Amino acid sequence: MTLAAVDWGFILIQTVETSLGLEAAVYALAAVGLNVHFGYAGLLNFGQVGFVAMGAYGMGLSVTLWSLNPFLALLVGMGFATVFALILGVPTLRLRGDYLAIVTIAAAEIVRLLARSTTLGEITRGAEGLHAFIGPFRELNPFDPGSEYGIGPIQFAGNQFFAIVVGWALTAVALAVIWQLMRSPWGRVVKAIREDEDAARALGKNAYWYKLQALILGGVIGGLAGMVQALGKATIQPDSFVPAYTFFFWTVLILGGVGRIWSPVVGAMIFWAMLTFFQGTLTAMVNEGLIPTALMDTSQVSQIRFMLVGVGLALLMVFRPQGIFGSREEMILDVR
Amino acid sequence: MSGSNVPSRLWGRIRRRDEFEPDLGWVLDESRRKWMVEHTSGVTKPDPALVIKNLRRAFGGLTAVDVDHLEIQRGVITALIGPNGAGKTTLFNLLTGFDRPDSGSVLLDGKDIERMRPHVRARKGMVRTFQLTKALTKLSVLENMKLGARDQVGEGFARSLFPPLWRSQEKAIEERAMELLERFSLAHMASEYAGTLSGGQRKLLEMARALMSRPAVVMLDEPVAGVNPALTQSLLEHVRELPIEGMTVIFVEHDMDVVWDISDWVVVMAEGKVIAEGLAEDIGKNQAVIDAYLGSGDDNDGEAP
Ligand SMILES: Nc1ncnc2c1ncn2[C@@H]1O[C@H](COP(=O)(O)OP(=O)(O)OP(=O)(O)O)[C@@H](O)[C@H]1O
Ligand SMILES: [Mg+2]
Repeated sequence: MTLAAVDWGFILIQTVETSLGLEAAVYALAAVGLNVHFGYAGLLNFGQVGFVAMGAYGMGLSVTLWSLNPFLALLVGMGFATVFALILGVPTLRLRGDYLAIVTIAAAEIVRLLARSTTLGEITRGAEGLHAFIGPFRELNPFDPGSEYGIGPIQFAGNQFFAIVVGWALTAVALAVIWQLMRSPWGRVVKAIREDEDAARALGKNAYWYKLQALILGGVIGGLAGMVQALGKATIQPDSFVPAYTFFFWTVLILGGVGRIWSPVVGAMIFWAMLTFFQGTLTAMVNEGLIPTALMDTSQVSQIRFMLVGVGLALLMVFRPQGIFGSREEMILDVR
Repeated sequence: MSGSNVPSRLWGRIRRRDEFEPDLGWVLDESRRKWMVEHTSGVTKPDPALVIKNLRRAFGGLTAVDVDHLEIQRGVITALIGPNGAGKTTLFNLLTGFDRPDSGSVLLDGKDIERMRPHVRARKGMVRTFQLTKALTKLSVLENMKLGARDQVGEGFARSLFPPLWRSQEKAIEERAMELLERFSLAHMASEYAGTLSGGQRKLLEMARALMSRPAVVMLDEPVAGVNPALTQSLLEHVRELPIEGMTVIFVEHDMDVVWDISDWVVVMAEGKVIAEGLAEDIGKNQAVIDAYLGSGDDNDGEAP
């Protein structure tokens, strides 16, 4: 009954593996999009998972419905996310920021409910979701599905590894684009609009148009997250797009620090590292009898680890409210 | 300040370059003499940059702006004064498109701009500052300035991804920004967050930023409120020079010394209406103005204090 009996090596390997794995890449991408929305443009999007879903379904349907090749499918996925951004943005971005927030949270749920509805059952296959799309993508996989890839003890199966590589590659591209945008006059206008829309308008900037562009950009990046997830899981199911995910993406962004280029990536890694570490540790402790089963059993661990992440986030907000990468100087400007 | 004899006060302030004759001093013409001495409200001007017609805006039962006719002469400095709540800021909002009138129209260079959104009006050359400053706190002072420049190539989404397309323009903008910051005593703050500026410095920044766009009409809402006297002086020097560059200046100000100092023409508002306009030295003698400031709302002419 000691901590020494716990297989720390195994837990550690698992922790590192998930922080580099598919979920981390998906969450990083989704949070990169959210960072464009909130961190740079100041848009409150509480429906990022809707963009993720649109990307995934756009890609999946391209294959199952229209038999497009994988690259066109990728473009269609981005197109779906763009259309979603237009639907959300065109009517609301002229109004105050709160309106977008309300609309996004509802719209994301509408996407999920439509996808699992019987009305669209012929197309989206209801709660069961799409599976048949994966074939053409697997053909592109340069890695051998039968072998494992990685460094030392950290190993991923070929198909999984492919999705992970694609995921992090897309993240890198997205970050490069954002980095360039944000050091350009375009980024300056977007940040100005975040600070004070009227000031930007008084200087001749079309705030509405820039906000729409930012909403589309961040939404398309969210769509990419959905495509990577579909690629890795080989399935697109409506119930993998529940509203809770949006808030996980927010957690990731806030952990990393809002408005910094690397923060979503590091935030996603830490988020998944924490989840896996708590899962492994708590399970081991319950098994070793270090935690009495009256308090929690192994089946409850997967819920309790989220609580611990919440506690971690709360502590971060107390001791480092700007997030890991955020700037304290910027933070205190708000109270002047 | 120019000399104290009346002719030079009257004419010496028309500083459009095309009217300047080095040997003769400032040249005057008859049409200008006429509007310069008349001081009823709604007088026509020889070359108005802005014409306001029957402009009305009410908030509930309160009529904030109710201007029948007002012209703003091009290339001069017009002061807009009036007691608190007279409707000056609301008029600015209506002129710049941030607020919509219930009725009436605004003509810029003879064209109705009523249907234009604020940023379009700004691009047409009407740039304003706000009474409550809007420093973009999490941008550096220099970035604030650069934002003000018009027609930036790098502000397009696709073009922003190719720095060679906009790098040289960016450099020129930066140079101009630094020049202006120098004049406004803000150069040493260029790389600081605008949020670290004091209240007065923010006023300066906002005005400098507005000038970055080389506006045709610049509208300043209490530009020197909260700015220390020494800096106010240098600021006013700068404002005085704007008409030389061809700009039309409209500013709201409560400090009559400032108004006296730099304005070519004064428009007085009270309870939403233009009650008088004229030269600074005459406006103080106008009975309607005295009444407005003393708050006597009745019609019988009280004794001047
Ligand atoms: N958005 C609004 N809603 C309701 N009333 C308003 C609004 N904006 C202005 N008002 C009212 O309109 C009147 C004119 O206000 P305005 O701000 O134009 O005055 P002002 O001349 O700029 O005054 P000050 O010199 O104090 O800045 C005031 O009585 C004010 O209460
Ligand atoms: Mg005002």
